Amino acid sequence: MSKAAFEARGLGKQYGATTALSGVDLTVGEAELVGLLGPNGAGKSTLTKIACGLVHPSSGEATVCGHAAGSSPARACMGYLAETFRFPAWSSAVELLELHQRLARSEGGAGEPAELLEMVGLADAADVRVGEMSKGMQQRLGIAQALIGRPRMLFLDEPTSALDPAGRRVVRRLLEQLRERGVSALLSSHLLGEVELVCDRVAILSGGRLVAEGRPDELVRGRGVAVETGSGERLFEEAGREDAPRIVSDLVAAGERVYGVRVLRSSLEDVYLDAVGEDPG
Amino acid sequence: MSAVATILRYGIRESMRRRVFLVVFVLTVAFLALYAVGAAFAFKDVGNFADSAPEILDARAFTGATILGLAMFATFFLGTVLAVFLTLGVVRGDAERGLLQPLVVRPIGRSVLLWSRFAGAAAVSGGYVLVVYGLAVAITAIAGSWWPDHIVTPGIGLAAGVVIVAALSLLASIFLSATAQGIAVLMLFGGGLTAGLLGEIGKALDSATLREIARVASWALPFEALYEGGLRALISNTEGLTGAILSLGPFGGAQGAGPLLALWAVIYLAAVLGIGAAAFARRDL
Repeated sequence: MSKAAFEARGLGKQYGATTALSGVDLTVGEAELVGLLGPNGAGKSTLTKIACGLVHPSSGEATVCGHAAGSSPARACMGYLAETFRFPAWSSAVELLELHQRLARSEGGAGEPAELLEMVGLADAADVRVGEMSKGMQQRLGIAQALIGRPRMLFLDEPTSALDPAGRRVVRRLLEQLRERGVSALLSSHLLGEVELVCDRVAILSGGRLVAEGRPDELVRGRGVAVETGSGERLFEEAGREDAPRIVSDLVAAGERVYGVRVLRSSLEDVYLDAVGEDPG
Repeated sequence: MSAVATILRYGIRESMRRRVFLVVFVLTVAFLALYAVGAAFAFKDVGNFADSAPEILDARAFTGATILGLAMFATFFLGTVLAVFLTLGVVRGDAERGLLQPLVVRPIGRSVLLWSRFAGAAAVSGGYVLVVYGLAVAITAIAGSWWPDHIVTPGIGLAAGVVIVAALSLLASIFLSATAQGIAVLMLFGGGLTAGLLGEIGKALDSATLREIARVASWALPFEALYEGGLRALISNTEGLTGAILSLGPFGGAQGAGPLLALWAVIYLAAVLGIGAAAFARRDL
């Protein structure tokens, strides 16, 4: 079993009478990308902030790279991009990264800022001031900032919310490259398709509780087999992929003309909506 | 480069990019130019009787102490405004805007971050009042050939007062939004000065109650006592009718600092910064 890059045990957070998190157990292994899903107010940002030492838990404990969350060694091995972040408008991209290099005591050297800007597609914007950047450029810069010091564990809260499809693809490829280098990430997002594409596992929070967790292909379920026949489409709800040949054979034997067969599976969106109890109407 | 030096450099670069220093420089030059003109005319106007009967009233000392006292008040006010703006929104304000979180998650520690921001604000605003005070003393000497009884002590009192204001402002930034913080600290500053004036009124009216209120306020807000001690040091050796008349004026009537004030100011500063660090450490961001 791999060593955990992030581990939460019985994590809870109470804001007055409001429960933001309750008894959450979650592990992110080494070189593992875990997607954190949930509706607004589910506790995703609270969980991420506790992991980064920005919020103190009311109960339970969390560790990052084996160190207590919020401790100096834990902060030294992680990178973080907040959901609502802002960088000083007066700073250029390269100045901002140099500042974070010094604060993170990065050993990346003078070439690290340029290397990171290249990775996030901002190579030509090194001297552009943050105040002159689009929201998408700032988000790319935020990802570069989170990667300063070669962190072992990344906490990314909605890292692609302001990016266009091309930008999202850049971030997906970047995360895959990082995983190959052994970097772990907890990726909080509302974009289910994106999470499904890149993440090894998915955790779904609702009302501060962890309501589903697993690999995307484990979470999705079969929804039957649909067969297109001469008399219209027929749905066999209880059937699975292995039943398809028999169904087709039976139909042909019964004199039906078969034009197509589809094995139906629920999408991650269906799983998500089932888990959080939201009816799309 | 240490984390403290990095944060200091960050704060100074921010002030330079936001043209804070340029604005402060231009306005300070304007203030000192006006002060120079005012001082020249003041000494010229009293020149006719300044040399006639110096044994009765030293008009040059009277004029110099009064206008330099005014300059000290203005410098203290400007230094306070600078200290407040350099610490405006440093914790809660920046956290609400999302500026603070990327810095806090770095392995430098919240206390180091807070104290570094204080050191930057204290060095800039304290240094600023020392320079402006020094220039005001020089202008006064050039305009009227008059020097205060103590030159260094009033400047140190002013700088120390502004440093304490910076610490209080930083503490307020942990609990209050930027606007509320600015209002609260400037009102506290005004309240402290008012308490000092109340003490002078109490002295003139021989009211023990008013003097006691001023004394308590001075301990609670030692920046006022430091400023007042500095004012007093301007003319602490001036005797006779000149000293007596000066003691009735708005600046000459200030109370001496007393030997315990410096010690109390250090303890007070350490307590404010300690409380600030403890509160910041507990705060959810």
